[in-house]
Amino acid sequence: MKTVLKNAETSNEVAVAVKENKRADENAEKKQIIVALAGNPNAGKTTLFNVLTGLKQKVANYPGVTVERKEGIWKLDDTAARLIDLPGLYSLDVTSLDEQIASEVLTGKVFDLPKPDVVVAAVDATNLERNLYLVTQILEYNIPVVIALTMFDAAEKQSLAVNSKKLSELLQIPVVPVIAKQKQGINELSAAVVKAAREKKTPVLPWLADADFNEEGEEIHLSLSENAAANKKIFARYNFISDVYQESVEHKHTSERNVSDKIDGILTHKFFGLIILVAILLLVFQTIFSWANVPMDLLDQGFGALGDFVRTSLPAGILNDLIVDGIIAGVGGVLVFLPQILLLFLFLSILEDSGYMARAAFLLDKLMSRVGLHGKAFLPLLSSFACAIPGIMATRTIENPKDRLATILIAPFMSCSARLPVYTLMIGAFFTGQTIFGFLSVGAVLMLAMYALGIIVAIIAAFVLKRTILKSPPPPFVMELPPYRLPNVRTVLQNMFTRAGLFLKRAGTVILAISIILWALTYFPRNASPTINKNQQSSVTERAPGEASGAPNGEMATELVAEDSAQLQNSFAGQLGHFIEPVIQPLGFDWKIGVALIASFAAREVLVSTLSIIYNVGKDETEESETLISAIQAEKRADGTPVWTPLTALTLMVFFVLAMQCMSTVAVVRRETNSWSWTLFMVAYMTALAYFAAFLTYQGGKLFGFG
Amino acid sequence: MTTLAELAVGAEAKVIRVTGTSAVSRRLMEMGVIPGVSVKIVKTAPFGDPIQIRVRGYSLAMRKSEARTIEVS
Repeated sequence: MKTVLKNAETSNEVAVAVKENKRADENAEKKQIIVALAGNPNAGKTTLFNVLTGLKQKVANYPGVTVERKEGIWKLDDTAARLIDLPGLYSLDVTSLDEQIASEVLTGKVFDLPKPDVVVAAVDATNLERNLYLVTQILEYNIPVVIALTMFDAAEKQSLAVNSKKLSELLQIPVVPVIAKQKQGINELSAAVVKAAREKKTPVLPWLADADFNEEGEEIHLSLSENAAANKKIFARYNFISDVYQESVEHKHTSERNVSDKIDGILTHKFFGLIILVAILLLVFQTIFSWANVPMDLLDQGFGALGDFVRTSLPAGILNDLIVDGIIAGVGGVLVFLPQILLLFLFLSILEDSGYMARAAFLLDKLMSRVGLHGKAFLPLLSSFACAIPGIMATRTIENPKDRLATILIAPFMSCSARLPVYTLMIGAFFTGQTIFGFLSVGAVLMLAMYALGIIVAIIAAFVLKRTILKSPPPPFVMELPPYRLPNVRTVLQNMFTRAGLFLKRAGTVILAISIILWALTYFPRNASPTINKNQQSSVTERAPGEASGAPNGEMATELVAEDSAQLQNSFAGQLGHFIEPVIQPLGFDWKIGVALIASFAAREVLVSTLSIIYNVGKDETEESETLISAIQAEKRADGTPVWTPLTALTLMVFFVLAMQCMSTVAVVRRETNSWSWTLFMVAYMTALAYFAAFLTYQGGKLFGFG
Repeated sequence: MTTLAELAVGAEAKVIRVTGTSAVSRRLMEMGVIPGVSVKIVKTAPFGDPIQIRVRGYSLAMRKSEARTIEVS
């Protein structure tokens, strides 16, 4: 606690220092030290962290923010260290959230996390100057630093000879060359960290001494208003680094085009670059769709079987219904998406780790910036065509909070796979066998139109949001294009499973609660007869077309379904359906469709099963089911006119393109934005847009004589 | 006065000054783009923007609007 943070309130500082010393003593007794791992993005920090901690990692968020907090135990010779993985950083100037968190960790301001005893700085030997910039800043925090010199092998291949002894001498801190993948240098690194923690030595900082801003008592801590002083410091650090670099690195011969440049010659080529990008993305999404379907169906059937098992083994009653229809069906419906999420994150990690992601952003930034978004927003949006949940989670790569929020807010407009059952049902009922110009099927054109509508509305929404409530200067696009590297299998897998775990934990809690609430709405108040609901099929997701599994058979089933239907009419959800009927009448919907709409706010595909219950055709319908389709076609109003017309079907589809009907997405948006107001804003604006568009469709259609 | 945005692909130059808003210029300088350093234009993206430069031995991408804040000789 010396001069570096002199402007902090001294009294607090003393208290903290005392507390810290006490903690440090306790730690010494327990022989556990705190080590923070810092480094530039792409400096090999994650691989190093995984090698040092093995599989014992804890991942959480820093309180109140979405910055990930990764921690693990690193076994040293006769002691163990709590290893804190800081976010990847270029600097510590506290202009971004990541930087702020890192700075708080380094000053011991994070709750339950004492100031680190040692900082291990992962420094990329192939990119020494810029990597050392962060090191100079960390040193200004007066914490002992040990440099782990990564990519040492890659540097040698590039004919860069980094003299680590000389480097250590000039910086006055230990420098240990490591090749994390092969576990080379790990023992030396442990020894250096143990020694540094014991000696608590910090070097003199010549770049501060040389410059005139470091007069006794003058504050050094930076703020935006002290631009000139801040810039001076950046110069001073880089000047020092340049000297160090010249003395410790030898270019054996002037490097010609390296491997990365050659790869870039193709992958970011003016013409082939875009074609390859499209091909890679097609491959990724095709794989996600086709590979994920098998485990998804298995999971779906598994939860169905589990539901049936619980149904028969527990005594009938509210508890049974709650567990089967509320909890298993609700949570199971979300878990079904896990294979898609795992695969998507597998590909995201590979693309990110190999360095390709930065290139994709580079190629597409111009397009994305036209609507005010960052180039990095492209991939999350594309992912959202499979499912908005992983798409929204993938927005974490966008640093600027406003850009990230704008991307999150438009991601659900992409037509996800859960909308397909709805589109298929509507097209199946009213648009089959029709063609335009004799060869184009109306169904295919409508399907394409629905996807296009989502994209167009997303572009307009992004445009408007970025110019109004999310107004911010166009996001700076100053981005490193890291050298291409072979992704590390372990890092990729670990990343994939960590994210999947987070998804389960996060979405699980909120989704459980909402599932129970929705279940209760359709379940209460109860009819006189307590025996109903018994044979209800418990799988909520009916994705597999034409696959009716285990339908209750015979008259009994019909009876039960009829009772179910009556139950639904009188339930709170049924009452709500009647209640909202005046509102949805201008869209051509009656109260029964209203009930289905309300239920489908849990998940879009629930519309199909809810309509089946309402129309008495049994819950076990799929979107291509003949009986549901004929029931829909036959449904009449009191005056004998059909409820459903092709126009009603189109209106419903338009509504489903735009409405925020997915509690899993709502839960994830809540977690990712850390704000209920943004989450509710999103639900409100999307639903309003959906209503408006559906209204225009129906009333406009009627005006032109359709319906 | 020439800026980085005006240089042709393949051209090399020395940075003289980084102007622009404090947040962007600060970020650029932290990434090593400070007066005196030499930079090389590597390529432009398919739609003409952003550009890729080489500085201090690594590749950095930035939009032309940001490149315009970097004065070079």
